[in-house]
Amino acid sequence: MEFLQYFGGVFEPIALLLLVGGTIGGLILGATPGLSPTMAVALLIPFTFHLSPTHGLILLGAAYTSTVAGGAVSAILLKIPGAPANIATALDGNAMARNGDGTRALQLSFLASGVGGIIGVLLLIFLTPVLAQWALAFGPSHLFWLAILGVTVIGSLDSRSFVKGLLSGCIGLWISMIGYDDVQGAERFIFSDALTGGVSIIPALIGLFAIPQVMEMFSKGREAAAIEQVRVSNYPISRSMVELFQSWRALSIGTVLGSIVGLIPGVGGQIAGLVAYDQTRKMSPHKAKFGTGHSEGVIAAESANNAMVGPSLVPLLTLSIPGSPTAAVLLGGLLIHGIFPGSDLFDNHPQVAWTFINSMLLGQVLMVIFGIYTAVWAARIAQVPPSVMASAVLILAIFGSYSVQLSMGDVYIMLVLGVGMFFLERFGFSAAPLVLGLILGPIAEANFIQGNLIANAQNGPLEYFCTGTLNIFLIVLVVASIAYSFWSNMLENRSAAAARKKQELAQ
Amino acid sequence: MTASRLQHSLMATAVLALAATVTWLSFTQEPADAFLFPRLISVVFLSLALWNFARAMFGMARVGEGISADLVKKILPGLFVAIVFVFFAAKSLGFYVSSTITFLLIHTLYDPTSPYELKGWLRRIVTTAVFMSVIYALFSLLLKVQTPRGMFF
Repeated sequence: MEFLQYFGGVFEPIALLLLVGGTIGGLILGATPGLSPTMAVALLIPFTFHLSPTHGLILLGAAYTSTVAGGAVSAILLKIPGAPANIATALDGNAMARNGDGTRALQLSFLASGVGGIIGVLLLIFLTPVLAQWALAFGPSHLFWLAILGVTVIGSLDSRSFVKGLLSGCIGLWISMIGYDDVQGAERFIFSDALTGGVSIIPALIGLFAIPQVMEMFSKGREAAAIEQVRVSNYPISRSMVELFQSWRALSIGTVLGSIVGLIPGVGGQIAGLVAYDQTRKMSPHKAKFGTGHSEGVIAAESANNAMVGPSLVPLLTLSIPGSPTAAVLLGGLLIHGIFPGSDLFDNHPQVAWTFINSMLLGQVLMVIFGIYTAVWAARIAQVPPSVMASAVLILAIFGSYSVQLSMGDVYIMLVLGVGMFFLERFGFSAAPLVLGLILGPIAEANFIQGNLIANAQNGPLEYFCTGTLNIFLIVLVVASIAYSFWSNMLENRSAAAARKKQELAQ
Repeated sequence: MTASRLQHSLMATAVLALAATVTWLSFTQEPADAFLFPRLISVVFLSLALWNFARAMFGMARVGEGISADLVKKILPGLFVAIVFVFFAAKSLGFYVSSTITFLLIHTLYDPTSPYELKGWLRRIVTTAVFMSVIYALFSLLLKVQTPRGMFF
């Protein structure tokens, strides 16, 4: 119960102000179609640079929690999921709103998000210290394999093509090596003066996540967004609360599945919401009502995608393996303050770790309160024209990248990486593994070098890196994640080929 | 819509060229110890890039929408404004002045309202002024970030 000692830190005026600001801002950003939670958190990182590590993480945690929940607002009122995690919410949520139950749908979605989110954070609280203690047994070879596992898991699971996912991870690892080598001070891959200091994490994160979205908005041209917002009327919150607990089946399925999915690195909220929705529908006696505006659909999807948030931080805070792209950005936020996940975090910075985790618990409650009372207002703000959104994100990205080191070089790097990523994404490459490679590259290299020194004094690198139970276990995980992705890609290709053949025959 | 085989092949060639360059530099630069990790990664990078290249050449790469002439036509004006701002205007005109111009230009270029409507211009100017005031308050007053001043500020 160590976490209880640090609850006071969350109630400090600045911490509370950041928590409230992050929650409201996150709800609005989450409700805005086209702005992903990952991008929202990446744009906030420069501000955290000027804050203490604890306060910075509170802001990022609040934004992470509320952007996922905020995405339900536009899914319900506009039928446009604010984030991929809210796709399943739109299925029944928008139908409820069109049937005149918009407020009920919003209230149920935030209440379910709150319950799922709180249980998810409790899992984070109780699992993290156990795993962090286990991580103490890790030597350089294990940490090297863990960093490689982080890149391969996200590279193979979070991409539409596993070869391109892994290639994205390799590009990230290469970018992390640009600059001066830490041990020998040798120049590596410095093609321009702007690269002398290497590629800083913050401009890279902003460029890789924000600029492709700005260009995606450019690609829509001068199209007027024809968004129709459903009007909502008042509905007593007490009735929604009763309905939520009457729908215990949907709530339990969503929370349990969301928590399990969150613990698996790289799977993410989209899968959590869709799997929970599908399983609840299968187990419900009212199967036929799903898709027509059934409240259980909203409850299952929203409890799942928020239950995923806490557990997705367990592998991040203990083993440096982010459970989702947004968690990867949070890892960047930790590293810029010189804090390393694992036992270092809990032994040397318990104040930072526990205040952050506790703030996520309180953040869930604030998210429910602000979500319910500001949802309609947030949906109106979310209808900002794409031309304003694109200009605003671009200017924020430029100021954010510049402000960290007051360097124009960082702005150049941000823009070049962002434009490059936009074109890579058009061909199936993915930003998340690239960012992971960039963040985990230095960790992998430092442990590889340290391990190599130990290995040279013993029986050589092959034995040091490839023998021992833990090494073999981690290698098996690396291979299994690649093999699974290869297999599922092959199945997808086969079914796509069969569908094409069928279409050709029909023609 | 998915990208054509030619487009996939061109992208795969570009990635292969990058991987080959990284591998070549990793194995030819000195001191060797500093390039130990780059060598390890570059071998994996090159192998994957070759695999990706072969898939693209045999028409097996199908993921991604690719680039169309229409897409280029739409993104080019915004991209051009962003590049001019970052690489030229920010230092010569000053960060805030060039940001204001950039915001207004991009907003105008992608606003569905006709550029000949006075009301539209008023709305765009007010939006720009409000947004830039928030940015100034946030970065200059709150975070005390010193930006390049150039001719103006």
